[in-house]
Amino acid sequence: MMIGGRSNAAAARRGRPWTFYALGGLFGLFLLFLYGPMLVIYLLSFQGPNGGVTFPMVGASLVWFEDIVKPGQMANIPVAFGRSIALASVISLLTAAISVAAGLGFRRRFPGSGVLFYLAVASLVMPSLLVGFGIGLGFKALGLPPSLFTSALGAQLTWTLPFGMFAMFAVVNRFNRAYEEAANDLGASPWQRLRHVTLPILLPGIIGVAMGAFTLSYDEYARTTLVIGQRNTLPIEIYALISSATSPTLFAIGTVTTAVSFLIIGLTLWRIFHMQARRAAGAPQP
Amino acid sequence: MRPPAVQGQNITMLARPRFDVELAAVTKRYDQTLAVDAVSLRIPPATYCCLLGPSGCGKTSTLRMIAGHEQVTDGDILIRDRTITDLPPARRGTAMMFQSYALFPHLNCLDNVAFSLKMRGIGKAERYAKAREFLGLVEMDDLAARFPAQLSGGQQQRIALARSLITEPQVLLLDEPLSALDPFLRVRMREELKRLQRKLGITFIHVTHSQDEAMALADLMVVMDQGRIRQAGTPRDIFERPATVFIARFIGGHNVLMTPRGAIAVRADRCRIGQADSGPQVSGRVAAVEYQGPVVRVALETQSGEQAAVLVPDEMFFARPVRPGDSATLSWSEADAHQVATA
Repeated sequence: MMIGGRSNAAAARRGRPWTFYALGGLFGLFLLFLYGPMLVIYLLSFQGPNGGVTFPMVGASLVWFEDIVKPGQMANIPVAFGRSIALASVISLLTAAISVAAGLGFRRRFPGSGVLFYLAVASLVMPSLLVGFGIGLGFKALGLPPSLFTSALGAQLTWTLPFGMFAMFAVVNRFNRAYEEAANDLGASPWQRLRHVTLPILLPGIIGVAMGAFTLSYDEYARTTLVIGQRNTLPIEIYALISSATSPTLFAIGTVTTAVSFLIIGLTLWRIFHMQARRAAGAPQP
Repeated sequence: MRPPAVQGQNITMLARPRFDVELAAVTKRYDQTLAVDAVSLRIPPATYCCLLGPSGCGKTSTLRMIAGHEQVTDGDILIRDRTITDLPPARRGTAMMFQSYALFPHLNCLDNVAFSLKMRGIGKAERYAKAREFLGLVEMDDLAARFPAQLSGGQQQRIALARSLITEPQVLLLDEPLSALDPFLRVRMREELKRLQRKLGITFIHVTHSQDEAMALADLMVVMDQGRIRQAGTPRDIFERPATVFIARFIGGHNVLMTPRGAIAVRADRCRIGQADSGPQVSGRVAAVEYQGPVVRVALETQSGEQAAVLVPDEMFFARPVRPGDSATLSWSEADAHQVATA
């Protein structure tokens, strides 16, 4: 303790080594590269009514945000947004449910479990556009019309499920089996054990998986584009707009969708943090 | 403080079973390895029984089979004359306290203790009242609203005890219950466990690898090795008459020496340094000297290369001290030496 304290004090006197500043600078550049373009878009979405899609800013206004909800070229945006949210919600529920079941099931080796595992995660490495293309062709061959909750749902699940399962395996791996044995010992039926012990203990991880799937689905483009049918999701609608119209409205849409993403992530983290905090420390005495 | 009514006590008043627990040639095989090899044991009513042995000796597997968390490969388990070999854990009349305690992290202490009552569909008011009673039994009433992560190791253990005892078991199974505690707390909780066992009048089966713990607690001490019971008896029986070389070495405090008539065990505190007028002795060299307060432990290496130790009362040692490297003779009286089997 003494020795450690003294050497820390000595280090503080000498200041940090030059490498600290060099690496810090590099990290700063990386952050700028990462967030700079997005900041530009957020800024330009508040462009004045007479401004264009590039700098300089000609005043500041919210007209481009109003443009989103006005009837006209952008009429499809709010509808597409609604579809994206609906699809992402269903995707996140399905992904969470299937991943939990798979995570619990895969705790035990069974004949063919290795093959099954690789089959389930193989779609992560398949070219995404081709997966969508294949699903589209399949629907055509079967004479089924592609649509949001059939072909698009399936295409997105090929993407969210492997992610969800990987995450869930990690969560389940840290789950101590003694909790379940204790539940058995205390007379819980298998269903009671799942409901009152296993799921509540895994809940923070489950919420994380659900939210991960939600955001993956919310901005999925490559797999969805060929199987969505007549009614577009938001990313596909935006992509269509980029090629047909250029106005700061696109930036306004970017700002709004980003805000939605952050809101969802923020709420999730808050919820998980709240749960962890209650378990870890500081629950008030009633 | 009044102990909660324990159902088992009433039963024993009516028709006292001969044994609380009976193992009949219980065997556990995992794939090819034999973890428990035809173990038979009878534990009389209200016994504090310690299963003692090195890691991998089968003691935990035996406990888990009694609890019903491990399937019995062969043999039978009886609790109070009732065969429970294939019953689910909750219907055996046992309750288990896990090494990690396995307190549910999302429930506070009160809900943890009341868990088994909730599973049985008992209403909130009734189950909380009873849970408080058991929290009282382990002196944890004040911390009912705390979550497990907010408790110290010793407090967690008390909650785990209360959670097990509320099921009113006939036999409480404890898997290395003291191993997670610091040495000071370990001795205190050890007293507490014994006190509870006496008060409730039920059988405790306590798995441990610490001979101190087993000697301090056990009415019946069962020494296991390689899936078998090597010796069972009171701690005093075993300490005074270890049956084999393994047991003499494992429980400690003994010198195991090879003599022309076979292996013998002599307690280290009955050995002396220095030549005796008569009686057995071997010469050797002092390897190390450890001051231990009331006694000084002198480690010796005999001429034939055997390790031995002598516990010398401190006064006696300092009257005639020895130092590492000195030549010394180890002597004992014939009456203190016991033949031990080498197997």
